[in-house]
Amino acid sequence: MLKNRIIPCLDVKNGRVVKGINFVNLQDAGDPVEQAKIYSDGGADEICFLDITASNENRDTIYHVVKETSKKCFVPLTVGGGVRTVEDINKLLNCGADKVSINTSAVQDKNVVLESSKKFGSQCIVVAIDAKKNGDKWDVYTHGGRNNSGLDALEFAKKMEDSGAGELLVTSMDRDGTQIGYDIDLMKKISSMVNIPLIASGGVGNLDHLAEGIKEGNASAVLAASIFHYGKHSVIEAKEYLNSKGIPVRI
Amino acid sequence: MKLSIVDYKSGNISSVINSFKEVAQDKVNIEVTSDIKKISLSDKVVLPGQGSFKSCVDALNNINGLVDTLNEFVDVKKKPLLGICVGLQMFADVGYEETETKGLGWISGKVSKIDNQRGKYKLPHIGWNQINIVKDSKIFKSIENNSHMYFVHSYEFIPTDNKVISATTDYSTKIVCSVEKENIFGTQFHPEKSDKTGLKLVDNFINL
Repeated sequence: MLKNRIIPCLDVKNGRVVKGINFVNLQDAGDPVEQAKIYSDGGADEICFLDITASNENRDTIYHVVKETSKKCFVPLTVGGGVRTVEDINKLLNCGADKVSINTSAVQDKNVVLESSKKFGSQCIVVAIDAKKNGDKWDVYTHGGRNNSGLDALEFAKKMEDSGAGELLVTSMDRDGTQIGYDIDLMKKISSMVNIPLIASGGVGNLDHLAEGIKEGNASAVLAASIFHYGKHSVIEAKEYLNSKGIPVRI
Repeated sequence: MKLSIVDYKSGNISSVINSFKEVAQDKVNIEVTSDIKKISLSDKVVLPGQGSFKSCVDALNNINGLVDTLNEFVDVKKKPLLGICVGLQMFADVGYEETETKGLGWISGKVSKIDNQRGKYKLPHIGWNQINIVKDSKIFKSIENNSHMYFVHSYEFIPTDNKVISATTDYSTKIVCSVEKENIFGTQFHPEKSDKTGLKLVDNFINL
């Protein structure tokens, strides 16, 4: 039976982790490679890096991080943030990323998803949708949540599936950072519309939220950052909890 | 011992390279190459594959003499070869992804889209699934039945002869996820991304 995945996400800036595990025994709390290794040894089903490097001159730092991580972690590695072109995707894959997540450029240039999924295969193309509720619909935001594209999130999700995306990483901007749980309504609506797996993101504050994302939101995988980073819960604790709720996980 | 990972410019093979290097350390000479002379002189070959069946077959055919070299390696020299994901799928006679495409024909069978029961199951089949080991294969040495492996695919290999199947996995249907025919081995899952269990399989292949 296929298991639901738990994916810890690390924010990386200029090659350093900015929101990461707060363990006292870490030699270098800012080292993304070391943190990713802790997660993969601790049972994470995949690792996600979100590169939030703002300046262009430091953009290359992420390539080095991916290269080193892929030599030490033997679970899938997804990298997102600042991915603009098919060539950016190519570079990340060559450094050892298994999947690349595309956000702003998927909205701006419909060919990026189309071309890259043809060239590298759908299995490595994740479209990251940042959605914010506006009345009774959700708008797609770009540029790290700063710009409203005006696109309807549900229609956009369907379009991305048709363009060749292998997975959708859906983040509720209303819930991100609140720790009050995923936007279940949004997850459920998108998941029932598309036939590709959905990764739920934004708002996890406790283990019940992970269970809700899978059971009620119909997510194939759940992504979380802070509940793992600050030692509140370990990945294995999360898995044991989900298992006790009858959700299939890899233990 | 010389092991070649065939680099035929189809998809991302960094993870395959990393996993073999991690397991082999300095004991095995690992070559990442499309050079048919080097491949021909290898003791073992790994054939990765990402993207579509058609794009992988086309990419193999694009390198002059590569298919002949691989045919000789498995059919005449009878040396061990491991196909991963589409690398395994290409063993078939024919594949139906994008358009009908002739495969390598090493193991009789076809590659078609997974029956997802009219959308009841998501495709691609992505994530960790358990394998049912149905045959005592050398690449499963010290790997327990029901171990988890990492999958990502929408197409499956359906061999004509069930005897070549060494493991299956349960999704919308029972999917063939590992085959063995004499010196030819293949996994639909990605050992290179399947954590310690996957690395064990890599180790088993290296030590054949």
